[in-house]
Amino acid sequence: MNRLDKLFANKNNILNIYTTAGYPKLNDTIEVVTRLAEAGVDMVEIGLPFSDPLADGPTIQNSNSIAIKNGITLDIIFEQIKEIRKTVQIPILLMGYLNQLLNYGVSNFIKKAAEVGVDGLIIPDMPIDYYCSNYKALFIRNNIQMSFLITPQTSIKRIEAIAIESTAFLYVVSSYAITGNNHSINQTQIKYLNKIKKLELKTPQLIGFGIHSKETFTSACSYANGAIIGSAFIKALEDQDTIKNKVNNFIKKLKQ
Amino acid sequence: MNYTVNNKGFYGDFGGAFIPEMLHHNINELKENYLGIITSDSFQKEYKSLLKDYVGRPTPLFFAKNLSKKYNCTIYLKREDLNHTGAHKINNTIGQILLAKKMGKTRIIAETGAGQHGVATATVCALMNLKCIVYMGEVDIERQAPNVARMKMLGAEVRPASSGSKTLKDATNEAIRDWIANPVDTYYLIGSVVGPHPYPDMVARFQAIISEEMQQQLLVKTGKKNPDKIIACVGGGSNAAGAFYHYLNTASVQLIAVEADGLGVHTSKSAATTQLGSEGIIHGSKTILMQNKEGQITEPYSISAGLDYPGIGPLHAHLFKSSRAQFIGVTDQEALKAAYLITQKEGIIPALESAHAIAALEKISFKPKECVVVNLSGRGDKDMKTYSTYLK
Ligand SMILES: Cc1ncc(COP(=O)(O)O)c(C=O)c1O
Repeated sequence: MNRLDKLFANKNNILNIYTTAGYPKLNDTIEVVTRLAEAGVDMVEIGLPFSDPLADGPTIQNSNSIAIKNGITLDIIFEQIKEIRKTVQIPILLMGYLNQLLNYGVSNFIKKAAEVGVDGLIIPDMPIDYYCSNYKALFIRNNIQMSFLITPQTSIKRIEAIAIESTAFLYVVSSYAITGNNHSINQTQIKYLNKIKKLELKTPQLIGFGIHSKETFTSACSYANGAIIGSAFIKALEDQDTIKNKVNNFIKKLKQ
Repeated sequence: MNYTVNNKGFYGDFGGAFIPEMLHHNINELKENYLGIITSDSFQKEYKSLLKDYVGRPTPLFFAKNLSKKYNCTIYLKREDLNHTGAHKINNTIGQILLAKKMGKTRIIAETGAGQHGVATATVCALMNLKCIVYMGEVDIERQAPNVARMKMLGAEVRPASSGSKTLKDATNEAIRDWIANPVDTYYLIGSVVGPHPYPDMVARFQAIISEEMQQQLLVKTGKKNPDKIIACVGGGSNAAGAFYHYLNTASVQLIAVEADGLGVHTSKSAATTQLGSEGIIHGSKTILMQNKEGQITEPYSISAGLDYPGIGPLHAHLFKSSRAQFIGVTDQEALKAAYLITQKEGIIPALESAHAIAALEKISFKPKECVVVNLSGRGDKDMKTYSTYLK
């Protein structure tokens, strides 16, 4: 069984942390991910910095531009992951935009990702039908799993179709928002999350967008297999401290 | 060759809707409804009536005697500068605001570069009593100040975009993010033939009035509805799409699209997309765009805020790749020179964008009897600060 399926088969309350590659410093990716794994995070999502990240809020946008200024490239990221894989066994996902893959060559990208030990991808602007007709076979051949997003506006019929193609997990966007909002989970969201829960989909689900504290993480976990934290972690990396302390303090606060 | 969009939203290899799931519902709703609504008799009646009595259409097709003499051919100017609000942009905003109302939307957002689309959006929102928010790059807020003042007086809120090059691309990103965060009540009123399907097709249809009138006016003035050449500037490509639209399948009419070379294509300061770009995805559309070898979108540059965009609409990418249209580049200096030329020869102060189309006349060889239409997309009031600096 691959890393992702094994994780979802054996565990609940899954904590998935998003971090931007090449941020805060070019080579920090390696230590950040290694420390996250040591701190007991269940999986990581490594963001491929992009000039125009349409689905992301100001915090992640800013980390993307800093990483680009630091000189990050896809090849450097693959090298970093190779290094990370020497010690880290938790699932690693990459999150990026389709233009980056097209430019690299989708087939090259997928082969390279598989080779260095990437388990899955999240590409928010990849339309599901375009994926199925152009890339699905390639992904399957290389054991790269896919996660697609659903939102409060996605119809039930569409949710079911998207769940089938989401071989990693279903990415449940919790509200009408780009990444990085800071509210607690409200009544409308609870209604929506309950609706998804009642569908009893076979595909595991992680809730993302706006999860930023122990409170929001815990309540997200009551509706799904776990949750994804992005902007709040990127903000924590802005502090003046060692990476080890920044990571440990952040994860400790979530878990205590 | 087919130049209309197919049922998947593609022009040849270009187009589509590469959008995050958060926009799927809205884009799909638009895709399912736009043709039914905008081709209906009642919609067309209201649209045409507003174009006539509010916008002031048809715009004149003016025989530019002095320019014709200089270039030794017959040059007509399609006077989109004489539209209400001063550019072609309002042809599109009238259409989309009627559509937004029919779809029950109450909050309108838009992006703007030169501010002409922002003003045209703020104008129709005032007319229809709808809330209006316009995203504009900080650099453009500075260089197109008169249009910022107009938008504010019209009751719109102008929100600065401060990321990237702080121009049109970044304003578009912010508008898309706003729509993601406000999908229920909000309508995104895009200003050019860019963005995910069905926007490029819809905006082209609303701008098609330009070539529809051109055909009738040429027939009256010359006895033939076809010119030999049509010249238009391309930012995202809406005025060009409108000027080309009814001639796309008439191979004898040469279509000439003019891009902004900025300081020159061999400098790092340019917006000449077809010369410097490659295939990729920008703002939800597969097209040609300026990007580096990592697929990071390049920050473009042009003196003209409306042409300062690193992509072109998918229709234009298709016209370029299929060689149906010829693409020409014009630098800042050439555009400024052309602006003074047409001002002093014809008494028309053009927008800096439109001045690029005029400048292309220098770069084309004409046969003596050739009939040429230049689409004069807008007037130059907004650019007086730049023009007077140049004069000094
Ligand atoms: C007068 C004028 N012409 C041309 C343009 C370029 O846009 P498009 O290529 O969509 O016509 C603009 C954009 O702001 C404009 O204001």
